[in-house]
Amino acid sequence: MTRRTPDVAPVTWLGMPAFPANAKVQLANDRQRANLTHATRTIRAKRAAVVSEVDDWEQLRLAGAAIKDRTLRHLDTYLVEFEKKLKAAGATVHWARDAAEANQVVIDVTRAAGADEVVKVKSMATQEIELNEALEEAGIAAWETDLAELIVQLGHDSPSHILVPAIHRNRSEIREIFLTEMGRYGRAAPDDLTDDPGRLAEAARIHLREKFLRAKVAVSGANFAVAETGTLVVVESEGNGRMCLTLPETLITVVGIEKVLPTFADLEVFLKLLPRSSTGERMNPYTTMWTGAHGLDGPRDVHVVLVDNGRTNALADQFGRQVLRCIRCSACLNICPVYERVGGHAYGSVYPGPIGAVLTPQLRGHTEAIDASLPFASSLCGACFDVCPVRIEIPDLLVHLRRQVVDEHKRGGLGLERLAMGVLGEVMGNPHSLRAAQIASTLAGKLPIPGIGRKLPGPGASAWTTSRDLPMPAAETFTQWWRKRSDAPGTDEEPDR
Amino acid sequence: MSARDEILGRIRGALADVGEPDPARDVVLDWNYGQPLPMDDVIARFVQRVEDYRAEVVRADEAALPGQITAVLQRHGATAVVVPAGLPEAWRDAAGAAADVVVEQRRQPLPHDELNRIDAVVTASRVSIAETGTIVLDHAPDQGRRALSLVPDLHLCVVREGDVVSDVGEAVGLLGISVASHRPLTWISGPSATSDIELNRVEGVHGPRTLVVLLVG
Ligand code: SF4
Repeated sequence: MTRRTPDVAPVTWLGMPAFPANAKVQLANDRQRANLTHATRTIRAKRAAVVSEVDDWEQLRLAGAAIKDRTLRHLDTYLVEFEKKLKAAGATVHWARDAAEANQVVIDVTRAAGADEVVKVKSMATQEIELNEALEEAGIAAWETDLAELIVQLGHDSPSHILVPAIHRNRSEIREIFLTEMGRYGRAAPDDLTDDPGRLAEAARIHLREKFLRAKVAVSGANFAVAETGTLVVVESEGNGRMCLTLPETLITVVGIEKVLPTFADLEVFLKLLPRSSTGERMNPYTTMWTGAHGLDGPRDVHVVLVDNGRTNALADQFGRQVLRCIRCSACLNICPVYERVGGHAYGSVYPGPIGAVLTPQLRGHTEAIDASLPFASSLCGACFDVCPVRIEIPDLLVHLRRQVVDEHKRGGLGLERLAMGVLGEVMGNPHSLRAAQIASTLAGKLPIPGIGRKLPGPGASAWTTSRDLPMPAAETFTQWWRKRSDAPGTDEEPDR
Repeated sequence: MSARDEILGRIRGALADVGEPDPARDVVLDWNYGQPLPMDDVIARFVQRVEDYRAEVVRADEAALPGQITAVLQRHGATAVVVPAGLPEAWRDAAGAAADVVVEQRRQPLPHDELNRIDAVVTASRVSIAETGTIVLDHAPDQGRRALSLVPDLHLCVVREGDVVSDVGEAVGLLGISVASHRPLTWISGPSATSDIELNRVEGVHGPRTLVVLLVG
């Protein structure tokens, strides 16, 4: 059977070379690096400007972290409540242990609706479960409708950024892709298409409009899911989300179980944190909130798929579970010096950058080389924690995961020292400057000190923030820690503190 | 075992360390919900922020509003306009003075392709936010179903000054009632836009490319 949507290479991440090898390949791509540097610099400046406007930003971050922790520590309660409210509002709720189960639900519901295609709103959860390929194998075409996702899909490419998946492409590459590919899958781009961003956006508008108008089924993710009311929230810019969430008769929303929030009022905190942290706007152009089915307004057949797919693994780690606070804003990617140099593809996961380095190994485990190498894909400079709207202690988590990987592979062995220190040094210039930078950042107090100074205020939070068991004492860089831990040659030449 | 029971079981196993059963006591939250943001002039801030998104703001009093609806539609060359059945009659007539008007009845939604041939839509709104320049629709009868304010390329949205609050927290507080009655919400901050091409903001992708806010004092 011939494919209905553009094929993608590489289809699956597992078995990919580990981060250092990927990083070397990506580093050699000068155009991508130039595109990335330009893009991350732009977005960093925008974020900084709108965050500095908010006087109580730190209180907001603390509130965001606390609301997420409250939810995660009582996740069973909130999920059961969410399910109950959804059902009362006329939605059908499905649960999926893993990617295969989630994909099967989407296939079954789509077939039951008599459809052989779906329109999609950009969603990290559906990328994570590789839904598009599962649908393709089932003879169902999945059309990405977010502009960047469209660029990626038509370019036979993979996303390299959470928020701007085509961040590695510049305007002339996008024009080429539209001219060559659009006509194969629907309405062709006009012959006189230029690389003006306005013209490119217009081409996408026309290409996708016919798909929106005829689609019977849409698939979305959700940024937030409110337990108290059964409300789902999608935050977007282009209106493709509104099209998908409104026009088709059947809507299937794939939601990671960690997306739930206790109350509708909690959205206040997250609708302030997310747009400023992600696109650097005071508010994103469009946000849709829906509560089950609503008569003749929007889809009548509303499905929600609650997906585990490794999240309960992360939840079981008392220190690691904070990774599930993540609201996928991508601020940590944009600020990361390693990400800026190697790009998203090097991480071998749909979640790139600092969040990917701590989330992926917790979702998938670290038996594969790529996953074992991810916690080492960082210089521990600490910038990611500073920008994270929900205060995920990414540097501490990296160290935590490094210890797990080391402990595991002491028995097996993956050539870890090379993996850890080799290419990161290359990425960042040379190993000596990397080490110097680490020491400098520790002395400047920027490196988070595990167990100290990062406790959430308030009596309720203290019980679990003080009980951490972390390997890295205060004021010690990874390099220093590594030398002690790994029984490597050179252990005796400890750098000065 | 069902997937549901297994996932809930995994969660309970993963959270064996959590001793306090009351979520609010287990993790204490230091946040005052629904607070206003102090500002000198809420309306001026709203206008400035909406214009920041390159949306057009037209100010009018109640008496001048119908004339402005006609004028805006004419200025944008709209020839076919859709309005929800619950829109005040005077506004509907004002639209009719500029273009052909289709009144959508709540029980008889227009087919997609018919809606797609219409230039413009006129709606009311529920609440607006000054600090972020956001307008929220809760799709009550004076706003129509969601597709109505989405498919046509020009959206004229009437905002009453009395419905403008300072910040997100106040708005969320007011919208709780709409959500409790299962109404969908659409939050609109400027015309549709994308930053997907080299992170340059381009106005106008799939949603209305032109947003005109008629601010009524
Ligand atoms: S880890 Fe924090 S900064 Fe990174 S994407 Fe998640 S929420 Fe945003």
